[in-house]
This record gives sequence, structure tokens and C-alpha cells, in this order.
Amino acid sequence: MSERATSIPPEEQHDDQDQDQDQDQDADATANADGNDTTAGATGADAAVTGDGTQPKPVTTGAESVVRALENAGVEYAFGVQGGAIMPVYDALYDSDITHVTMAHEQGASHAADAYGIVSGEPGVCLATSGPGATNLVTGIADADMDSDPMLALTGQVPTDFVGNDAFQETDTTGVTTPVTKDNTFAADPDRVGTDVSEAFALAREGRPGPTLVDLPKDVTNAETDREPDEPATPDTYEVTEEADPTIVASAAERIENATRPIMLLGGGVIKGEASETCREFAIEHDIPVVTTMPGIGSFPEDHELSMEMAGMHGTGYANMAITHCDTMIAVGTRFDDRLTGGIETFAPDAEIIHVDIDPAEISKNIHADYPLVGDADTVVSQLARAVETSPQATKWRAQCQQWKSDYSMAYDAPEDEPIQPEFVVEALDEATSDRAVVTTGVGQHQMWACQYWTFTEPRTWVSSHGLGTMGYGLPAAIGARLAADDDQEVVCIDGDGSFLMTLQGLSVAVRENLDITVAVLNNEYIGMVRQWQDAFFEGRHSASDYGWMPEFDKLAEAFGASGFRIDEYDEVADTIEAALAEDGPSVIDVHIDPQANVYPMVPSGGDNGQFALAEDQL
Amino acid sequence: MSGDGSGRRRGLDGPAPEERPTPAGRRNEQGIRIDPEVEAKQEPRRTVISTLVEHEPGVLSDVSGLFSRRQFNIESLTVGPTTDDDRARITLVVEEPDPGIDQIKKQLRKLIPVISVRELESDAMRRELALVKIDADQPAEVAAVADMYDGKTVDSCPETATIEITGSRQKIDAAIETFEQFGIREIDRTGTTALARGTQSTAAPASTTESTAEAASHPQNQYAPADDD
Repeated sequence: MSERATSIPPEEQHDDQDQDQDQDQDADATANADGNDTTAGATGADAAVTGDGTQPKPVTTGAESVVRALENAGVEYAFGVQGGAIMPVYDALYDSDITHVTMAHEQGASHAADAYGIVSGEPGVCLATSGPGATNLVTGIADADMDSDPMLALTGQVPTDFVGNDAFQETDTTGVTTPVTKDNTFAADPDRVGTDVSEAFALAREGRPGPTLVDLPKDVTNAETDREPDEPATPDTYEVTEEADPTIVASAAERIENATRPIMLLGGGVIKGEASETCREFAIEHDIPVVTTMPGIGSFPEDHELSMEMAGMHGTGYANMAITHCDTMIAVGTRFDDRLTGGIETFAPDAEIIHVDIDPAEISKNIHADYPLVGDADTVVSQLARAVETSPQATKWRAQCQQWKSDYSMAYDAPEDEPIQPEFVVEALDEATSDRAVVTTGVGQHQMWACQYWTFTEPRTWVSSHGLGTMGYGLPAAIGARLAADDDQEVVCIDGDGSFLMTLQGLSVAVRENLDITVAVLNNEYIGMVRQWQDAFFEGRHSASDYGWMPEFDKLAEAFGASGFRIDEYDEVADTIEAALAEDGPSVIDVHIDPQANVYPMVPSGGDNGQFALAEDQL
Repeated sequence: MSGDGSGRRRGLDGPAPEERPTPAGRRNEQGIRIDPEVEAKQEPRRTVISTLVEHEPGVLSDVSGLFSRRQFNIESLTVGPTTDDDRARITLVVEEPDPGIDQIKKQLRKLIPVISVRELESDAMRRELALVKIDADQPAEVAAVADMYDGKTVDSCPETATIEITGSRQKIDAAIETFEQFGIREIDRTGTTALARGTQSTAAPASTTESTAEAASHPQNQYAPADDD
């Protein structure tokens, strides 16, 4: 599968590109139906013949070569902001079939590209000029890096002769982004610049995905060249192991067969590796309860009997009990982040860990792997599926898991005489949308309520900022997600008031592009998660967490040209959500929720997962 | 409970933490399961990691940045050209417990310009160079000490003598200690350079899957003179 974020052996690369092109046709057809790109259909038809549109004109400049590289890679959308040093690239983009979405801020461009990558599986592309343009992208690049999202960032740079002189809008962009990119390149040669971009695109996608960046000095993009870029391929020094060591697979399989308390822990790598189906089959075939990490949400249907849902700091009580008491953990595509593990010493202390990951460096980084299985998630889980002959005898364990599901139910109180509880709003939004609706969020309490109370059943429908925890991610992510999603998928941004305020200039983009997204701001006029921690750990001293006042988001939305709604009472929830979803363009619902609402369960930082608190007095 | 005007107990229902069963096991700081009765602490060890990299701008900062970013304990780093103009060798001396050393190797391999990474065996040849500028009030004695350590006089004037010492780190430490009696004005030391012994290749290309087990199983039957010969 071309959208699989895994490496392809060289001899199969040609096939892969053909598949890319097939996929382009499908995607183009969709875009055409959407009315977003009236030329895309024709391009798609030609793509099967030439690979990049009607008889491509030979490139004449570095900038044209950059754009040609993107076209060759099948890029349909790019998100960015103009500026001096990137102007030659934008000039070349002017003649391209790639649809450029002009963002209001570069941070939004990188988040939109990131979300596009999550939903489509192909690297999202963002552009910015040098200096502030590039530094504004950094938050989104760092976000993609933490979450291993495929993304390609192209930044303008001052002309090569000026580099190092502290020229106007000069920043050492490769220096700044080295710690937060999978790889980055300073393009020094006009004959090579297109290939630099091709290579960066391939690197973003192959193996463990991640953000890559090419820094483009203006003299290099302006320079004449007739060199067409090479096809996207990773450099020779980049190797990916696809298949795990069969000996370890065999011993892991034996361990699974003999387990009495097995669980599967599915991480974001399952979704990126397109392994959801294989993991589902494996879990169901062997009746193994499934826990997910936050990025792993959607890899397993949360309405399935075996689903224990999300574990970790704000995971369900039953997931945390299962993870704490299991004797065998089949962990796939997870990096054992501290928000998942809590304190290392108490993390699954009785479990032998079978760790499947495509990145060898994740094996035994935080949690020691007893069975290290380096390889592509889908390939390795298939290897395990072939090797496991008998299901573990775990009837008692499954009954225990079901018992925990009822002991630690997520049922919440929603007294009629109190302000609206946020959980109710999340459930109402879920109810009003299809199973394939895409949810984006900012970061904080609202994000946790979205994980906990939305029932996710499909991969690539949960789009959030996990590792970096970037407030403000939700709205620009919804823009990127909207363009990557199918037309029949609703895109809902569940946001917080604080998060929304950070990037709401993106509404101007959603309105201009007439993007059908629905933003529900769970407004408590607090940085709610901080307020909750202050109540629990800082004696209720609300230092800088109490906004005390928020603009009226519904009116603000109207000012931008979007539809604005407001909810204060329970009886307004269903109808208002329905009306907002019915809008063709962007709509914003300002939902005034109970400002005292808290997120539970909660494992305090570094705490014992099994000792999660169900209320503040247990912290 | 503060900040809650309604007085309602907020949160979810279910057995309280103290009512729940807890497993007896524990993990140590490295995430390895341990007997909770025994404190299993991994001691750091010093080792040499040799890395073959693309000879391109930025690769040194990629490597050094990785070490500071991930808080790996590094003692020295040397970089220099190889027989291939397109490649450079970076030799690192690190001190970490075993899991940390594994992480260092894996993280280095992830860097795109890195071609191969190898931890050298303890019998690998290792050399450092030091320039030691000494007060030359007693030239004869200085020369005698320099001789003891096979040192060469690089520069001398009535006030100072500068001696070049090469050898293992221990030898240089010892030489410096001995020179201290004359008064040392300045010292400059290189980091460790190292090569594997005999026909073994120090950092062969395309060895990204090489494991520590493999590194440990090299034949030991070759002539291996003392490290400080």
C-alpha cells in the first residue's frame, strides 16, 4: 500500500510509484467533486501516463525543480505563507496543479500539514519564508516530530552569500530545526535542489515517519538549472527493517500462547503502519483485551467488547488496571511515553513485554523489551499471527477485565441545575456525526474529554497533538484534515477556549477556502487543566490560569464570516450541534461548560497507573 | 476541595486506590523488571564508539547535539577524515550504563548522515595526544621525564618546554601527573582516536544491524599487545 508509512525495497519502488499515481487519481476525483480544484480531474487522468500532468515542461530554475519534485511525489495540497526568500518557489507554484492554501500564520501551516499527513498517510507539505516564517513553523515541526507524523517543510533562506552575515530575516533554520526533524538539508546546489526535496519527501514517509525540512536559499531557487529532480527515494544510508527476527517471533508467540493475563497495547505506529486491521484480527482471533495509547486511538474499535480504551494519565480506570496487572503485553508501535507509563517502576511490573516497533531506538528506551521485535507493525503482527498456534487461556482474565469495566465505569453526573458538563457535549457531537468523522483537538481538558467520551472506531479519525501537547493545534489541524478527508467525513474540532484563542486567525482561512468544519469550543474561561492541577497540587491558587473573560466566540466567528452558535443550556445542545453541522462552511459553537468540571480518572505525574484517582481527594 | 462552589463531590465512582489489588513486581530506572527486594542498579562503564559518517557540513553538530539533547554522558569526541574523501570518522568515548550505551548506538544510527556505528572491544587500539607546556627551570629533569613517557620536545625556550605525549589516556594522565612537579603552564589534549585490532574493520559500512552480541564475539586469538605499547 502506497500510503503505508514503511520502506519499500528498491526493486518494488517502481510499483509503489504506480500505486501512488492510481491513488492520486482517486484523490483527485474527490477534490474535483468538492469543487476545490477544477483541473485536478484532468491532471489525474494524465497522471497515469506521464506521472505529473500534461507533458511537463522541462524545469528551468531551482524553484521549478523544487515544485516538480513535489508534483512527482503526488503532492496535491501545500500549506504556507509567502515571504521574501521563498518567493521564487511560490512563483513556480503559481503554474502548478498543486493547490496552495494560504494560511494566516506559519504555525497554522505546519499544523495543517501535520494533520493532512495524519489523515491521508502521505506527508503534508508546508512552506514558509526565512527567519520568522521558519521559526513560526517550528512548533508544528516539533509537534510532528514528537508524534512521528509525515511532513515536509520547505523554508526560504537568504542568498547563500549572505548566510552567516545576520542578514535580514536570516535564521540558522537547519540549526534551529535539527533537534525536531527526522532530517534536514541546506540546499546548496541548484542542480541538486529538486532531488533534495524528493529525498526529504521520501524520508518523511518511509520507516518511522517524521518531519523533514529543506532550507532553500534564494539564489539556489532563482538559479538556472535544467536538472529534473530524481524520483522520491531515501538515501543509501537509510535502512529500515521490515521483518522481525523469526527466532524472537517464535519465542514471543510461545509467550503469548502461555499467557494467562495478556493484553495488546496499540500505539500510533499501528495507525501509521496501516496495521489496524491485522491487529484487530489478531486480538479478536485470540480474545486478547486491547488497550490503546492516545495516538493509538482509532486502531481498535472502542465499542468492541475487547476494547479497554485508552490507558495512561487520563486513561480509563479499566485500561490502567489491565495494563498494571497483565502478565504479557504485546505493545505495537508505542514509545512508552511518560504520560502512558506513569512511574516506570510501577508500569506493568508483572508483564513480559513483546515490543514491536520499526525504530530500533524505541526498543528498551523507556521500558525494557523482553521480546524486541524490530520491524513494520503490519508485517510483524502478521508474523506473530502465523506463529501463534493456540490462543492464551485467559477466560478468567477477560472476566476480570469486564469486571473492571463495570467497576470503573466512565459514567458521569450531569445535574440539570448545574452548568453543562463537557462530557455531555462530546457525546452529543459523536452522536450527531458518522463513525468516520474526523476529530481534531487543542490540548488540555477538552482534549481528554474528547478521548474519553468520543467512541472512536476507525484509524485516522483522531487528530491531536499528543507528544508535544500544543495548545492551538485544533483549528489549523481541522483545516488540514478537511482537505485530506473524504467528503462524507465530517471534520469536528473539539477545542478549549485557551487553545482556540491561540490560533483562531485560521478561521479566516477556513472561510476563504469555504471549508466545512465545525469547531466546538468547550469554554470554561480557564486554562482548565492548569486550573485542575492548581486545585489538586497548588492549594487552589489560580495563578495565570483564570482568564476571567473570554471574547464571544460566536460573534467572533461571525466577524470572520463563519457561522457562530452559542450553547448555555442542556436543551440547546442537540439542536445547536445539528444546525452547526448542517452549515456547509466553517461554524463555531461557543459552548459554555461548567468551569469547575475536571478530568478523571487521573494518574498524577510519575504515579502508579493502578492507583489512578477517581476524584480530587484521591490525588 | 477548593474552587468548587457547588459542594458536589466531583469525579467518577469506583473502588478507591487503597481498595485495589496491586502487583508485587517493580521495574528499575531503566524499565527492567527487578526483584523488588534487590536494588538492581546498573553501573556506568566507559567505552569507545566509532562512527563512520558522510563528510558533510552539519554532521558534527548533529552528533554533538544528539548527545547534549539526550543527556548522554560523553567524555571525548574526535573527528577526522578517512581514506574515503566522502567519509569521516567520529570517535566517541562515552560513559553510561549498558542500556544507555545501547541507546547511544541506536540513536546515532538513526541520524541520516551516519553510515555505521560500532562499539569497540576493550582490546581496541586507543591513542590520545597531549601537548604539555612546562616551566623549564630544570631542563635536564624535564627531558628525563619526557623520555620516560616517550615524549617529544616540540618547542623550548629558556622559560618553557612543550612536550608532546601520545598514548593511552592512562599514560597521558600519568605523564601529566609527573610533569606537575615542574609546574605546568598549559595543556591541550585531543580526544581518543581508536581502531579495532588486526583485520577487523573498525566501522564497516552497512552494519546498521550489527548487535552488541556480535561485537562481543570477535575472535580473540590475534596478537594483541598491551594497549600502551
